[in-house]
Amino acid sequence: MAAITTTGLGKVYPGGVRALDALDLSITDGEFFALLGPSGCGKTTLLRTLAGLESPTSGSITIGTSDVTRLPPGRRDVAMVFQDYALFPHMTTADNIAYPLRVNGVPKSSRHDKAAQIAAELGLAELLARRPGQLSGGQQQRAALARAMACHPKAFLFDEPLSNLDARMRLEARSFLKRLQRQLGVTTVFVTHDQSEALAMADRIAVMESGHIRQIGTPVEVFRRPSNIFVASFIGSTPMNLLEAMVVDGQVETCGQRLVVPNGVIAGLANGVSFVLGLRPEYLTLHTASVPGALCGVVAVVENLGSQQLVSLEVSGTTVRCVVTEDAEPALGAECWLVPRAERVLVYLDGELVEDAVLSDAR
Amino acid sequence: MTSSVISPWEVTGRIGRYAFLSVVLAFFALPVLWLAFAPFNAHPTMATSFPEFTVENFRSLMDNPNALSSIGNSIVLAGGTALLVVVLAALASYALSRASIPGRDALLYTLLLLSSIVTGTAAMVPIFLLAFQLDLIDSQLGVILVLTGGLLPAAIFILKDFVDTTPRSYEESARVFGASPLQIIRHVVVPLIRPGLAAVTVWAVANVWGNFLIPFLLLRSPDKAPASVVMYTFYTEGGQPDLGLISAFSLLYSIPVVGMFLFVSTRYGFRFHGGIKR
Amino acid sequence: MTAGAGPTMTRVRGRNTGAVAADQDAAGLGRWRAGLFVLPALVLIGVFLVLPALWTIYLGATDFQLTGTAAAQPRIVGMDNLLSVFSGGGFAGSLLLTLEYVVGSAVVGQAGLGLALAWVMRDRRGVLRRVVDAVVLLAWILPNSVVAFLWIALLDRDSGTLNALLGTPGFGWLLRYPMLSIIVFNIWRGTAFSQMLYSAALANVPRSQLETARLTGATPWRQLWDVVLPQIRGHVLTNLLLVSLWTFNDFTPFLLTAGGPDHRSETLPVFVYVTALTGGQLGLGAAISFVMLLVNLVIAFGYLRLLGRRKDGAA
Repeated sequence: MAAITTTGLGKVYPGGVRALDALDLSITDGEFFALLGPSGCGKTTLLRTLAGLESPTSGSITIGTSDVTRLPPGRRDVAMVFQDYALFPHMTTADNIAYPLRVNGVPKSSRHDKAAQIAAELGLAELLARRPGQLSGGQQQRAALARAMACHPKAFLFDEPLSNLDARMRLEARSFLKRLQRQLGVTTVFVTHDQSEALAMADRIAVMESGHIRQIGTPVEVFRRPSNIFVASFIGSTPMNLLEAMVVDGQVETCGQRLVVPNGVIAGLANGVSFVLGLRPEYLTLHTASVPGALCGVVAVVENLGSQQLVSLEVSGTTVRCVVTEDAEPALGAECWLVPRAERVLVYLDGELVEDAVLSDAR
Repeated sequence: MTSSVISPWEVTGRIGRYAFLSVVLAFFALPVLWLAFAPFNAHPTMATSFPEFTVENFRSLMDNPNALSSIGNSIVLAGGTALLVVVLAALASYALSRASIPGRDALLYTLLLLSSIVTGTAAMVPIFLLAFQLDLIDSQLGVILVLTGGLLPAAIFILKDFVDTTPRSYEESARVFGASPLQIIRHVVVPLIRPGLAAVTVWAVANVWGNFLIPFLLLRSPDKAPASVVMYTFYTEGGQPDLGLISAFSLLYSIPVVGMFLFVSTRYGFRFHGGIKR
Repeated sequence: MTAGAGPTMTRVRGRNTGAVAADQDAAGLGRWRAGLFVLPALVLIGVFLVLPALWTIYLGATDFQLTGTAAAQPRIVGMDNLLSVFSGGGFAGSLLLTLEYVVGSAVVGQAGLGLALAWVMRDRRGVLRRVVDAVVLLAWILPNSVVAFLWIALLDRDSGTLNALLGTPGFGWLLRYPMLSIIVFNIWRGTAFSQMLYSAALANVPRSQLETARLTGATPWRQLWDVVLPQIRGHVLTNLLLVSLWTFNDFTPFLLTAGGPDHRSETLPVFVYVTALTGGQLGLGAAISFVMLLVNLVIAFGYLRLLGRRKDGAA
């Protein structure tokens, strides 16, 4: 068990593609850490570099107390679970789980005992004699986890651990993984492109874009206070409303309307400054009667999300979305008013969150 | 097809199709019938006829000094070549598929070109001279080496196809667990590409088994000649082909290669392996 | 080499050779070890494939002979051999016969019959298909010498099966129609390859497209012409070029007719053999081989060009 640190880690592919750009990352011992980002952002490259499958072109990696930057993958004492699980199709579950022990020269009988023991912990005891092809997706995933656990690594690396499961299995596996990680207490880094997965499982998330880390924080921090427009638009199952706005006479003008915002939100901004107003649909309250200082629009689309409705309003030509509860569904074409929740109004200047714009006690 | 209404066109189409298939079946089966009947015929002629059943032909085959040993020679040549081809092609194709060797693509294209242009026939004369210079005339090793050289490029291609379609995560996974490159090849790669190895083995064996030209060109002593060459020495004292011997020998000579195809096709579904599946 | 290089070469087309992914050294081989892995194969190929090719060019320029003074000290005769190849009586006729053989048995025969079989059998499973597949394949996998003998028996003048069936005893097919005989023989021998290739190609044509064509009322012929052929064009090209190449270099006719009667079935491979090894004129034989290499090269380059163009088109 160990902390993982990268210092100035960079990876430039021959041909000049910069996959990782001087990344400084510090993952604490026992942490469940997510690397989140769209495809091609470098998250998988980073994970593979931690595993030693790719070598960095600059910077260093420390696992525990030792610098592993130049060590081959087998000597870093990490275990990786691949997106396709990479269970050897010609070996039984037992042989698969015991494979790391076989490589380390553990005698056959004791490594099979060990495999059986781990398999039992993960509910695979009945499946030891089967080949991977005879296992369900969820069973394959657990077999791959068992194999990773067999060598008692300092850290686990998971590449898109849930992407090969169907939707229902995925939810189950999410809870399972989180519980398992808690139990084992082993530092775990996983890669995902699905923000809901990262929010649900991770202790902390690094949001990445084109080789850079755009924000590191707990799920709550990343969801409530995305530190730039990229993170703001990437996180959240319903995308955040990002509205062009301007300070006029000490007030916010957006979509051609005056919007009353809580005191202090734009305290630091001078008159005439353009900025982007970030309002999550979840943090907007919809009123069917006129509210002074609210954004006024016409209901254009209502989408059913189950217990909630996603309402799209036309506000002077701009679409603004908000989430309402099931009993508050407005009629199509009705005029409605949107009031932002006081402590959840975000201001982005030049793409970055204006931090001191918010009253500290409002958090 | 349970549809009850069939248009006249469809009827014509079906009749046409069955007629076509019957003709094709007859065309392909006809020459083979002789192989099924003549060996057991007490008085074999060139004609295909229901035999006056006998195994006498096989007995005289046993008495022929070169017949059985030639099958043995064929086994030596085919086995030796196939082994050499499979081992060398597997190593080369793995390295070519997985490591970034400079100029790999150019090399592959050159090999591809060579494998199709330098055939036994076109390079017959220099192959003979080369064997002469290397003192490989009348040597089974010489035949094996020449055949291996000719088969390797295509074998590398077939196997590289298999390696290319094998997900790299298997090897990477083993690597993260600390397996050495040779362990990875032994534990992971060889089992994964086993169908490809089987396909190449069969293909190499079949090629050598049937090859007439190279052993005919390079081997001199009758006791080293493989079955393909020895078949042409079965003449009666009168200078006529000894049909009893030839037919029995043909059957004996064909069975291994047909059996091998059957075995591999039932085991691995040999159709266009490494091939045109997509 | 019959059953050979085809499948692999076709596949190259479908693959994105420029992909970064394939370059990654998944097993941690490293350059040195990778080089060592490739080396033995390269040495064998170099000695027994590349060297003979180069030697053919050298030989083609000498008056090398099997015996006599020229055997001990071959002289460089430059283009003389090539000139005598072209001016010599046999060559032009032999080249013509080879073309006839390639076009008749490979391009029209094997490819045509192979496509027809694959098309007719496309939706069939079950006994009939297995039987047809088996007999066609059997013709392909039997050893050359056996196959040649089967056909000698089939076409025998006095008691051959064919004459018995047709009621034409005493008709010498191999003597009267030597070219037709070896052409039909080669169709019988090699159709399996084309049939398998086309079957695989047809299996890849999306069913939905054929069904769309059927829904618009297209006849099977129109479906083949409008929907299937444009999609398997690449396979057709590959197939034609490969079977042409193989047939061009095919030595098996020698086993049936030995080039006779009176050189009437003496295709180029047989011509080389007769000139160089029976006649002992190695230089001249090599010069003919050299011309054959050139023809092979043209066919192979044509193939690679088409391959490359298709890849560009696909990307």
